[in-house]
Amino acid sequence: MTATNEQAPIEGNSSALLLLLKARTFIALILVTVFFAVFAPNFLSAANMVIMSKHVALNAFLAIGMTFVIVSGGIDLSVGSIVGLCGMVAGYLVLNGIDLGLGWSIQFNTLEICLMVIAVGVFIGAINAFLITKLNVAPFIATLGTLYVARGAAMLSSDGRTFPNLNGNPDYGSDSFRWIGTGDILGIPVSIWMLVAVGILAAYIANRTPLGRFIYAVGGNERAAGLSGVKVTRVKYFVYMFSGFCGALVGIIISSQLVAAHPATGDTFELNAIAAAVLGGTSMAGGRGKIGGTIVGAFVIGVLSDGLVMMGVSSFWQTVIKGLVIIAAVVIDQAQQRVQARVALQQQAAIGQ
Amino acid sequence: MAEETHPIGLQIRAGTKVYPGTVALKSADFDLRMGAVNVLVGENGAGKSTMMKVIAGVEQLTSGSILIDGIEVHLGSTEDAARHGIGIVFQELNLFPNMTVADNIFINREKTRFGIDIDRAQQREETRALMRRLEHDIDPDTLVGDLKVGQQQIVEIAKSLAQDARILILDEPTSALSAAEVEILFRVIDELKRDGVGIVYISHRLEELIRVGDYITVLRDGVITGARSMEGVDIPWIVLNMIGDASKDFPKTIDHPFGEEVFRAEDVYLPNTSGGFSVNGVSMALRAGEILGVYGLMGAGRTEFVETAMGRYPHARGKFYVDGKEAKSAHVSDRIKLGLAIIPEDRKQDGLVQILSIRENMTLSSLGDLSKMGHLDVKREKTTVVDYVKQLVIKIASPENPVSSLSGGNQQKVVIGKALMTKPKVLLMDEPSRGIDIGAKAEVFRVMRQLAAEGLGIIFVTSDLEEVLGLSDRIIVMSNGRITGEFTKESATETALISASAVGHAVSHEHKETAR
Repeated sequence: MTATNEQAPIEGNSSALLLLLKARTFIALILVTVFFAVFAPNFLSAANMVIMSKHVALNAFLAIGMTFVIVSGGIDLSVGSIVGLCGMVAGYLVLNGIDLGLGWSIQFNTLEICLMVIAVGVFIGAINAFLITKLNVAPFIATLGTLYVARGAAMLSSDGRTFPNLNGNPDYGSDSFRWIGTGDILGIPVSIWMLVAVGILAAYIANRTPLGRFIYAVGGNERAAGLSGVKVTRVKYFVYMFSGFCGALVGIIISSQLVAAHPATGDTFELNAIAAAVLGGTSMAGGRGKIGGTIVGAFVIGVLSDGLVMMGVSSFWQTVIKGLVIIAAVVIDQAQQRVQARVALQQQAAIGQ
Repeated sequence: MAEETHPIGLQIRAGTKVYPGTVALKSADFDLRMGAVNVLVGENGAGKSTMMKVIAGVEQLTSGSILIDGIEVHLGSTEDAARHGIGIVFQELNLFPNMTVADNIFINREKTRFGIDIDRAQQREETRALMRRLEHDIDPDTLVGDLKVGQQQIVEIAKSLAQDARILILDEPTSALSAAEVEILFRVIDELKRDGVGIVYISHRLEELIRVGDYITVLRDGVITGARSMEGVDIPWIVLNMIGDASKDFPKTIDHPFGEEVFRAEDVYLPNTSGGFSVNGVSMALRAGEILGVYGLMGAGRTEFVETAMGRYPHARGKFYVDGKEAKSAHVSDRIKLGLAIIPEDRKQDGLVQILSIRENMTLSSLGDLSKMGHLDVKREKTTVVDYVKQLVIKIASPENPVSSLSGGNQQKVVIGKALMTKPKVLLMDEPSRGIDIGAKAEVFRVMRQLAAEGLGIIFVTSDLEEVLGLSDRIIVMSNGRITGEFTKESATETALISASAVGHAVSHEHKETAR
């Protein structure tokens, strides 16, 4: 409205400051990129960019799913294990198909395998949601439980061994499985295209659908959302199932990239996903967070760790630096909230209320 | 008047408080007299709360001084203030819902055995004594979160009493209390006055102020516009000082004819945790264009009834009809589709998502109408919001600002806007005027009248006699979960309503189980 344009210069300052704070993750990304471009040789080479973006994509998928969960006021600790289990399911299906026990088995093509793996991930998400909504288990505990169950199931599926040589079989149409992790379209890796698709889908849901709005409302005030007619249970089912979906995608991509499935894959991935979401401005209290911010956050973390590796910084220091960056991000986020509240109050005061 | 019997206990001299962007208090001079009720009145945002926060040590003056017994003091924190014997009951309750009543009352001053462990037995005993003094039957071991808002307010007052406050600030203590509870509070206030306690009393209920007050201070836009002893003060004087020359009358428009029956509830029962019924066989009907006031004491089951109608309690029994159609599904969203909408009692907890913007809050219930095939038409959403903001005269800088930046009255209008956007046939309003200033109140009532004239059926729940008498076409009185009286606009009198609201109440103090 017009009132905002007629503010005194003092407020112009806080508005500029606010803009700066809002774009902080993006600024941080530019800063780390410039830093490594100067200090790490070959950092800006095309080959390195491709490798790095592949690394980032894995975390970004999980972080997108995590953002929805956190915005809705929950947390999903099980995604790392979902990655591991889904990788194993994919590996098993590529190698063995489904054995019917009568001496012959059903084999699947790549698309069918992917759909079945995704179904597994979504199903685990649905279990999380069931525990949280119907059985009233706190999200932290429910997903901690599924974290262990899914990881254990992954180990059991192969007795802890690796499924090797997932090259697929042209006869069954599963030889294209490798393409997911290693192929490219127009010179850009398939997994990046998938990230673009999932990112756009998630951002669309968040900003342009009633469902997205409901996620924010449930995270902001569940009671008020319920009394406003929001189907809280349904919203929670969606966010956990979507997070499971993202976990399944990562499981498929990793097993395809490595041409092998190892049951320990994805260990502690959930923490990186949470870090990316928080770095991107998602509030752990729920109700606030942006998909775009999360993706930028995932890139900051990814660029930072790959760049430090290229500079030859020890992995122990890398861990320390990553932790410091996350803490700094949250501290700045608090400052942003204060400035934002002040600007809103000033505007309100300016219209004499 | 008797200056010597009411010595000045605390003074503010040339007190100014500047917040970023606003001056909340402009060189105010305020005298607080001991052994008397110092009434403070003004519209929301006039600076009452700021002044009290300064006295309570929550905020510090930008310039000016505070003197206690003539000596200048610095109140840097609430502990400083408490050391000087200042206690405050905030309008927004500061209680821990996850702790018991006794724990809340003795928070940070726990009774301990030899300074080590908490002496729960003693805390319980003292809590019981306090509750007896306040004539309330609240068990010290109940979780505060399980209490109704009014009971929580009693706990807040008990908390201040337990600190032996010499100066007690009550910020809108009666906003959630019913007439009988207000009487009890007034008796407690009288008692405190006799003990020489200086009381600051903030309220929007003007009759109450005149009754209870000894001295009055009126604030407008951070400036004290009137300060005198209560003798000879009447409502027009207060209103004149509060809002200049505008008058405060409930908008009584010309009567309009009522339409068909739009809402009917049959034999509604809602079991409560103690084995009885919060709503005990209530039936009522409402016609289009009618305003039905539901009056009663706190805990009479009024809030529970409207919430049951809205589908909040799946275990409730009874039938609801909207426009002749029975409400089959118990889910809130289906009730909204049927044409019901609620303005909840507790704006902060049930009405708004504070973290979201004004726009997002307003459209939360009607996103389905604003979207096609799951695609939200944000442009249409924005124009719709602007329409409703204009229609309801909500004062906002931008619909994108968080709803928490608004004053209580404007927040309430956002909640009303949200309900109206669902195009309801029946509006259930639970204490729609709670905690909003007189100007905003009048506007909310004007909106209610206007909506009724447009054919909306309104059921509104209130504990304010004047409101229910001034606004309702018909009045139902509830007590102990039952309907204990029904009055037309003509037959309703204050005494009749009060006696109906007290039916069965003496019994309930002993045992609630006999209710069915």
